[in-house]
Amino acid sequence: MVKGVGFIDLRDAGDPVAQAEIYDRAGADELTLLDITASHENRDTMVEVVARTAAKVFLPFTVGGGIRSVGDMRKLLLAGADKCSINSAAVARPELIGEAAEKFGSQCVVLAVDARRASAGGWEVITHGGRRGTGIDVVAWCREAAKRGAGEILLTSMDRDGTGEGFDLELLRAVTKAVRLPVVASGGVGRLEHFVDGARAGATGLLAASVFHFGTLTICAVKAALAAAGLAVRPVAEAA
Amino acid sequence: MKVAVVDYGSGNLASAARALERAAAESGVRASVVVTGEPRAVAAAERIVLPGQGAFADCAAGLAAVPGLWDVIERATAGGAPFLGICVGMQLMAERGLEHRITPGFGWIRGEIAAMRAPGLPLPQMGWNVLQFRRDCCHPLLAGVAAGQHVYFVHGYALSGAEREEIVATTDYGGEVVAMVARGNRAGTQFHVEKSQRVGLCILANFLAWAPARAPERSQA
Repeated sequence: MVKGVGFIDLRDAGDPVAQAEIYDRAGADELTLLDITASHENRDTMVEVVARTAAKVFLPFTVGGGIRSVGDMRKLLLAGADKCSINSAAVARPELIGEAAEKFGSQCVVLAVDARRASAGGWEVITHGGRRGTGIDVVAWCREAAKRGAGEILLTSMDRDGTGEGFDLELLRAVTKAVRLPVVASGGVGRLEHFVDGARAGATGLLAASVFHFGTLTICAVKAALAAAGLAVRPVAEAA
Repeated sequence: MKVAVVDYGSGNLASAARALERAAAESGVRASVVVTGEPRAVAAAERIVLPGQGAFADCAAGLAAVPGLWDVIERATAGGAPFLGICVGMQLMAERGLEHRITPGFGWIRGEIAAMRAPGLPLPQMGWNVLQFRRDCCHPLLAGVAAGQHVYFVHGYALSGAEREEIVATTDYGGEVVAMVARGNRAGTQFHVEKSQRVGLCILANFLAWAPARAPERSQA
């Protein structure tokens, strides 16, 4: 199985379209555009950014942030997104997962899960950009989402996000053991070996944002490290 | 040259159309790409692309729900118009799909679309995987593509029971999985050519230049 690398989170990018083109050429396997508009009221801006991105890059990309309904998803998919990630809206109304899967197919529906270690053990689902606890167990929530028709899980460790200490491998193992869906790991990478650890822990994709934004690591170096560890990757030379 | 991307309410048509436009521009082909669900527009096109996402049964129903669309694709391609099915568009070329319920396909390619097993691997297969070519085959759509190059797959169902000579390329996902089929002027890719970057654009450029012989009618089994 080929591990997808460089799922670039474009949350912080100044011009997301220009940034997407740079990562496209640099050999990213997928793009993830999250919260590309500061205000959730400005849906039209988001659709427009998606359309401009889809005209420039020919690799799969996921859009997320503030998606509330099947109608929101339809606009983004028609604009050229391949997958929509839903988070708080799915927690508020889990039926949304099934409705979206029925309408567009499971492959379009990414469940984004923000996880925080719970004092009693395990992990708790956090919503609203990490601000609100829900009391829901992450592993149970992932199992339910899989049953309801989610096609992929984007799993972010809120404990590790921004620390550079590496993915929460225990969390990753717990989720990949519980569901058969592809799981993209996010939150915490700071060094090359962290990508290798994440891939070995069962992630199908490895998302990183700041290490690429700030030039700490290159996609090329990450893929070389994975290949050197005996993991299958798509060579950067096959990109645009 | 007119290229019709068939719109029947399924999938990411904008991406397929834009990728075809890019492939045409890069290879110096003058192509006008239209996304259309109008049977007359499909009939008038010189090349037909059928994308598809989601479940086989839903896509087949969506296609059948547009009066005349199924027949016009059947007739135009029987008349020799080059055809490319993408993902579920490729699956619809088979005799039947088993997702949700048994649903007939076009029946241009032998076999049926069945759930993948892929023991020990995540399902659906969602990601990049390598192309392997059938040993004695070098299909014109794969000109300039090397075995071992990566393309992007998203699927939980795959073609089984295919005839060897209709399989152009495979991939490995817990066992051999059909990646590309062709019979005469009708070809299909299980992977998303429009999302496979350089390799995908190369296959699309080949499709725009493709001058295949018309497929002989299949003998009914």
